[in-house]
Amino acid sequence: MSAFIHGPWPWYVAGPLVGLMVPLLLLLGNKHFGISANMRHLCAACFPANIRFFQYNWKKEAWNLFFAAGILLGAFVAAYLIANPAPVEVHEKLAAEVATYGITDKNLLPKEIFSLESLLTPRGLIMLTAGGFLVGFGSRYAGGCTSGHAIMGLSTLQWPSLVATIMFMAGGFLMANLVLPFILQLS
Amino acid sequence: MNNKSIAAPDKIDITKDSDFEVRVLNTVCVNESRQQHPWWHNLKYLVAGMLFGIVLVKSEMISWYRMQEMFRLQRFHMYGIMGTAVLTGIVSVWLIKRFNIKTIYGEKIEFHPRKFNKGQLYGGLLFGLGWGMTGACPGPIFAQIGTGAVAAIVILASAVAGTWVYGLVRDRLPH
Repeated sequence: MSAFIHGPWPWYVAGPLVGLMVPLLLLLGNKHFGISANMRHLCAACFPANIRFFQYNWKKEAWNLFFAAGILLGAFVAAYLIANPAPVEVHEKLAAEVATYGITDKNLLPKEIFSLESLLTPRGLIMLTAGGFLVGFGSRYAGGCTSGHAIMGLSTLQWPSLVATIMFMAGGFLMANLVLPFILQLS
Repeated sequence: MNNKSIAAPDKIDITKDSDFEVRVLNTVCVNESRQQHPWWHNLKYLVAGMLFGIVLVKSEMISWYRMQEMFRLQRFHMYGIMGTAVLTGIVSVWLIKRFNIKTIYGEKIEFHPRKFNKGQLYGGLLFGLGWGMTGACPGPIFAQIGTGAVAAIVILASAVAGTWVYGLVRDRLPH
């Protein structure tokens, strides 16, 4: 049991648990599962700057910010109280590929990219800031992210969410296979 | 709510939830409840978020390696998670509708059809490019920060900046 709790959880355990977030939030108070809207609420709360898109009653959506804060706390619990001491298992082809770019750290987030030192390199700066910017801009433009469209939207059989999910995947495939190698070879 | 100090440019009464129609197009997480509760009722969403955060970390969904393996078709893990999550969601929503299950406050659970707009194409593609690069979608960004990855704060700040710029140029974009 302890080995199960600490080790990486398999997909057939994690997937249904993620799916159960949909009825949980609906039953708790008619809330639709989705996370990217938090970034809009943060803009509305902190820098509305007279932009119409940020003129709304964000306090009514405060539940979403509580949910995000919970994710942060839960991740802390998972990473420190029930941490997995073993290095992350990485597919041998991927490990060999990224090793040629000097990425060998086997944490969930390799420190060669996800560290403050990496921010001082062109590679780290592009991946963290441009990547984050595209995630924020794109999810709002699309009207949701992987949770809102791919899980909540598909769970309610919305075809626009299927379109969005296909585009998410298309963008990810394009980036990871065609563009990212050029970014990773920067240092 | 005391938001009157913010001047809406085109005189929208932001003290009312007149923004609802606009929001349905633009934001997925819609607050359907008309109930008013004191703030601490939101703590139940904090607990729900904690459960989600634990799953995100323990299933390694926050890992850059897992995302790269998914986009390179090297591991089934993420496809298995997405597939079973959607299946669980579909069955749950069907049960809620079929048996007219109410919220814990006795409210009817509401669903609104999502309208198609071109944002789902262009925005979806832009999101995917960012996702393929950082391996982080919005939920995992918060989880990454929780695991102590300070660099993820930079990703979050950049994502908020991206959201803000979208709000700024929104009217000039094809939708």
